[in-house]
Amino acid sequence: MARLNEANEQLARAIIARYPEPRSALIPLCHLAQEQDGWLDEDAMAHVAELIGCTPAQVLGTASFYEMFKLHPVGKYCINVCTNISCQLLGGEELLEHAESRLGVRSGGTTPDGMFTLEDVECVAACTEAPAVQVNYRYFHRVGIEDFDALIDALLAGELDDVVPPHGTLAKVRQDLAADRIANITAPEDQEMPVWIARAEASAGEGAAT
Amino acid sequence: MAEETPKPVELTDPVEITVDGETVVAQGGDLLIDACERAGTYIPRFCYHPRMRPVGMCRMCLVEVDTGRGPALQPSCMLPVTEGMTVDTRSDTVAKVQDGVLEFLLANHPLDCPVCDKGGECPLQDQTYAYGPGESRYVEEKRHYEKPIAISETVYLDRERCILCDRCTRFADEVAGDPLIHFIDRGSSTQVNTFPDEPFSSYFSGNTVQICPVGALTAKPYRFKARPWDLTEVESTCTRCSVGCRITIESSQDQILRFQGVDSDAVNWGWMCDKGRFGFEAMNSENRLLAPMMRGEDGELTEVRWSDALSGVTSELRRALDGRGPSSVALIGGSRSTNEGAEAWARLAKSVIGTDNCDAQLGDGLPAEAALGLPGLTIDEVCAPGSTVLWMGPDPLETLPVLQIRLRHAVLNDGVRIVEVGPARTGLRSLVAARVPAAPGRLADVVGGLLGGDVADEFAQASEILRSAGDDLRVVVGRANLAESPDTVLAAVGAVRSALPAARFLVALGRGNVRGALEAGLAPGLLPGGIPLSSGELPQGWESIPAEEGHDTTGILSAAAAGRIDVLVLLGADPLTDFPDRSLARRALAAARCVVAVTPLLDASAAGAHIVLPAAGFGEVDGTTTNLEGRVTPVSAKVTIPGTARADRSIAGALASRLGATDSWDSPEDLPGAAESATDGDGPASGPDGDLLVGIDRELPIPSVGDLEVPPTDAYSLRLVVARKLYDRGTMLVESPSSAALAPGSVALLNPADAAPLGVEEGSRIRLISASGSISIPTVPDESVPKGSVLVHHDLEGADPRELVDISDVVCDVRVEVA
Amino acid sequence: MNGIVNSLGGTNTSVAPGTPRIVSSRFDEPQGHTLEGYRSTGSYRGYEGLRAVLDMGPDEAGEMVKEATLLGRGGAGFPAGVKWGFCPPGVWPRYIVVNGDESEPGTYKDRVLMERDPHQLIEGCLIAAYAIGAAQVFLYVRGEMAHAQERVAAALNEAYEANLVGRNILGTDFSVDIVLTWGAGAYIVGEETALIESLEGHRGMPRLKPPFFPAAKGLYMRPTVVNNVETLSNLPWMANHGVSEYRAIGTENSPGTRLIALSGHVNSPGVFEVPQGTTTFRDLFESPEFGGGIRDGHELKMFIPGGASAPWFFAEHVDLPLEAKVVGPEGSMLGSGAVVVMDETTDAVRACLRIVRFFARESCGKCTPCREGTTWEEQILTRLLEGHGRPGDLELLLDVADNISPGPYPVASDPQNSLEAVPYPPRQTTICPLGPSSVAPITSAIRRFRSEFTDKITRRPSIPVGSETPAPATAATAGEVGHG
Repeated sequence: MARLNEANEQLARAIIARYPEPRSALIPLCHLAQEQDGWLDEDAMAHVAELIGCTPAQVLGTASFYEMFKLHPVGKYCINVCTNISCQLLGGEELLEHAESRLGVRSGGTTPDGMFTLEDVECVAACTEAPAVQVNYRYFHRVGIEDFDALIDALLAGELDDVVPPHGTLAKVRQDLAADRIANITAPEDQEMPVWIARAEASAGEGAAT
Repeated sequence: MAEETPKPVELTDPVEITVDGETVVAQGGDLLIDACERAGTYIPRFCYHPRMRPVGMCRMCLVEVDTGRGPALQPSCMLPVTEGMTVDTRSDTVAKVQDGVLEFLLANHPLDCPVCDKGGECPLQDQTYAYGPGESRYVEEKRHYEKPIAISETVYLDRERCILCDRCTRFADEVAGDPLIHFIDRGSSTQVNTFPDEPFSSYFSGNTVQICPVGALTAKPYRFKARPWDLTEVESTCTRCSVGCRITIESSQDQILRFQGVDSDAVNWGWMCDKGRFGFEAMNSENRLLAPMMRGEDGELTEVRWSDALSGVTSELRRALDGRGPSSVALIGGSRSTNEGAEAWARLAKSVIGTDNCDAQLGDGLPAEAALGLPGLTIDEVCAPGSTVLWMGPDPLETLPVLQIRLRHAVLNDGVRIVEVGPARTGLRSLVAARVPAAPGRLADVVGGLLGGDVADEFAQASEILRSAGDDLRVVVGRANLAESPDTVLAAVGAVRSALPAARFLVALGRGNVRGALEAGLAPGLLPGGIPLSSGELPQGWESIPAEEGHDTTGILSAAAAGRIDVLVLLGADPLTDFPDRSLARRALAAARCVVAVTPLLDASAAGAHIVLPAAGFGEVDGTTTNLEGRVTPVSAKVTIPGTARADRSIAGALASRLGATDSWDSPEDLPGAAESATDGDGPASGPDGDLLVGIDRELPIPSVGDLEVPPTDAYSLRLVVARKLYDRGTMLVESPSSAALAPGSVALLNPADAAPLGVEEGSRIRLISASGSISIPTVPDESVPKGSVLVHHDLEGADPRELVDISDVVCDVRVEVA
Repeated sequence: MNGIVNSLGGTNTSVAPGTPRIVSSRFDEPQGHTLEGYRSTGSYRGYEGLRAVLDMGPDEAGEMVKEATLLGRGGAGFPAGVKWGFCPPGVWPRYIVVNGDESEPGTYKDRVLMERDPHQLIEGCLIAAYAIGAAQVFLYVRGEMAHAQERVAAALNEAYEANLVGRNILGTDFSVDIVLTWGAGAYIVGEETALIESLEGHRGMPRLKPPFFPAAKGLYMRPTVVNNVETLSNLPWMANHGVSEYRAIGTENSPGTRLIALSGHVNSPGVFEVPQGTTTFRDLFESPEFGGGIRDGHELKMFIPGGASAPWFFAEHVDLPLEAKVVGPEGSMLGSGAVVVMDETTDAVRACLRIVRFFARESCGKCTPCREGTTWEEQILTRLLEGHGRPGDLELLLDVADNISPGPYPVASDPQNSLEAVPYPPRQTTICPLGPSSVAPITSAIRRFRSEFTDKITRRPSIPVGSETPAPATAATAGEVGHG
């Protein structure tokens, strides 16, 4: 399974066109593959490699560096509990313990029903709203023990389907940068001095502006 | 083996720096680590390798550097020296840092030195003794990984031993261009690995074992075979192809156990291909011939004494000489020999026997006049910064692998532009600035068009690049297609020379010492040193020269097939396997009255010979060899010749004396050969770069081709292209266990536009039919094959394109039927 | 109960009375993130600054930023105008890379800026691109910030549509693309050379500077300016109000305002825009507009003045101003505007371990001392906290730390014990400061709270009687995912 489907391959080509060099699209395309499948599997990595012209080992080498790329199947919801310093001070670690107990898995584990993967994560930039939790990278602030249980219940009941997409989908709004909109993106070696700089330099006379 | 020490550099930008209190003049811009080492101060390191981009990640080479703002810790592998720099490599801070880095590296290292191949030659071990802590304070659980894992057919990886220096991964990416191993995961979980089920199948994988600073990477052929202190080594030159990589031969208990690359600036930069690196296995084969054999009454080869075998050869030779005369004797081969062995055989054939029917090439090369007589180029000149190269040679990756490495570096780092013109895309692939397909037979037209600026729009850029180089164009020429007459290449050479009379050439002949053998006179019409036979000059020490000009291998085999050759000597040559036209080779060997094979292993042709003389192999003979540039370097004997096998030179000498030659032929000094006497240096052993033949500037009259008549293509046929793969079914490879499995199966590659009308797809079997024969073969559509051509590789498992080729044709057209 | 609220950033975003809002003026505007909202609300009219700048020459625009002494807000505090000037003359293309990979523990401002006022950032990018001569801007947003990505994407789509980004912007010859790109979870990518590696599709491992100063050899080895989100978000206001008005705020060395995330044990944590240089930590902690005092009448034990990488300060340092030139010599740094307050209930060893563990988990693995050393530090501290400490562990810990960051490590003064401050920054055996940063909590905590460490070594904890230790059931797949 899990090469990019036709629609995503089209999208992948459009994303590659946004970068001066195709390799820059590696991470965006891994996100796209993960959005398609919920995780990043080998066929998808091999397909990404083909699209950007590198080896699958290079895609794996990059992808495995980043925490968000899941190289094994994960739950529909990744519950990320922040335990870093600001959250630790206000009960993040206790919340994680509770989460382990409530979900019946240790940090890093996935519930047998495939609904939840629990992770103990580093600072998610919600420090003033500790303890913070992300579900598929959607924020939940100042989450107490009861709040957590309510959150899980709501997820199970489908009450948050509108705001929390299944794992893999990040932004629901994409930048729309169709080829006909692109102003300047070409390979670095094909770029010259921008026209407005050239104009400014010309009007500045001999002064070699930088 | 020791890490490479940096060579002295020419001081074009001298700067004064202070190293540990002493003032030193260094080359400005040099890396501090090298400048210090040249000045006699070694800075320990793991990740730094002089032939690769520095990454500064092991942190072992930190020193304190003061450029006027107070001492600061800096990685000396990434810092260029500048005037006035003050360096302290031994301060207390530096010593503490070194101690600390080693403790960190050892924290998770298994310390299994007693069972590690690297133990005894391990930079981690050595530097720990020299700079490290006495003991570790690390009491935590070490990292564990499955150990070792095979990352390719020949290389094993032990991730517990790995110190993550990035040498192997950098090598794979930037030197070999095969980024199939990579850092995976992050931080203290970082490991080197391949993508699942995609092994590190690089022709250069063995280099990673050599440059690994710990025992993390080991080579299957060497694992657990010896400890470094049991090995002795001698410097030599690899002769598996004509690049001539400088190597050490390392042995224990009279058995060769490994080859390692030696850093020669002019040639291989320390690298080797795996075919060369693991090629010693063939010399250790249990199938080595240990005694002469003669075909008995029963038709079987049976072992005989040397005196009987030599008498047998002598009497066959006498019978031939007494009968139809010297021209009924012929010799094919010599490219596997040393220069001295080739000289001895040339002298035997041409001076003692009197036949000019000698050829070191097997119908897969170019006329010797072209090989020796075109104004020459060195590898360095081809790869020189900014040069423009016209590539009309064979695939360098498949035939001259380390040249591919040099070209890769030249293109990626030195702005070299390559325009590839030929019948099939080569391993240069993305390295070329432009590729222009030339269908079989069309090379001269295409090249002429490009140089004249008369091309279709799509090749205008290629033409522009070539024309911008003017007379300084550097041309690499050779046989990209074995199913196409060498005349097509000569015609292209003519086209280049008529457009650019001053153009120079690197002749890319593939066989090991083919250049040396041709120089020695194993070519029709030539005497040692490339002197034309027609000159009538008597080479030093020779008694006579042949009265009439002889044939090349194609001519010899044709004569043999026609019953005109009585004694055919195969000097390490196997026409049945290597000659492009199988039918002719088969008929010739069957028709020759007596075939004498001089070989270390019973190859296909030797198996049908009448007399087999066991020859010494690589690593068993001292002498010299000559690479494709004309560079003469030593080859060395490291182990005893097995059984009663003898060196080529010694066999020639014994036959000469039986035929009445009076001189002694026993030692190299008795053979004042052309190669040794004609070099420009102090003799061939004067450094890892060897010496260039003076003759590199000689010019010989290149045979003119006249109007090449290429038959028109017809709509029903495809034109055959036969190219070589690095790993094929050659005897040496078959006898090397770690390489034997690497030869791919035979397939026919054709352009999808040609495949589509036939309704064939990947894996479909087709039948290729020529006037000479037919083969059934699976298909692989491949866009890189020009329309109208079909590419089949030489000598792989499965269908054999030699069945299709008639060597007398300019091109080989085949009809395609769906099988 | 606010648990099931899918939350945008910027819950509490006050400013001190009388302080102009330079970057946070739309934080409380519900439609501030839209083009319409950007034009109609806030402390300046959206995209008017760009018009003004387009009327100047590019040099003049660069000069404006230089004169303003706009200090980088990402952590290092280097003047942006000077950084722009490092691009070698006549070398094209030049790229701008926007660092929106906010991940320093305690830091929480760029996310708010991107979620609440994305057009402000876009306008900042345009002004910078015009001045520098960059035709391509890459806006790298941290992967975990889905809302920020959505808001920035929507704003970019609006801006392209309105001819504010793309070809011939506002009818001029100024054309620039801004490409939104997402990270994928790696703290180190906040380091500018690692960010460039990541943007090139590689593992985010920092490059050595020199030779790889982004201004000369950055993205694709071309001149590249890497600026933080907050830094660029200052430009529109500056272009509207002028340099002198900007310089009137804050101090001579540190003009303008900056966003501070105040978290931890205070009554009202929040993201506050405060004048640089004049505001003190005491103002932050105690003023009713900001922290409103240490929580519930507790006492301050220590605080981190500039993100997890910063050495700790203590009660006697609360009157220091938010001014880099003052804080540095006092042994710490202002970093990324993250102030974390810890009261007396905090276990110094546990807090120290948590921060060390962060660095160990986030080490990229490139440099030996960081890769091996941070993990080793974490192992020692974990052992110690679990009651398996050994005599000599503290000396070992400090020496391991010394092998990552040799020599005296920056640390605050300790007047009670007559110990002087060691000024910032630390020395390093590594390419980037990540590994050395792991030493900050260790030296800070051991110097001030040594007994808390030794107590854990000598008094091994007894197994609590009767307390229920949660023993989570292990699922079949437990441990397969996440960090090792």
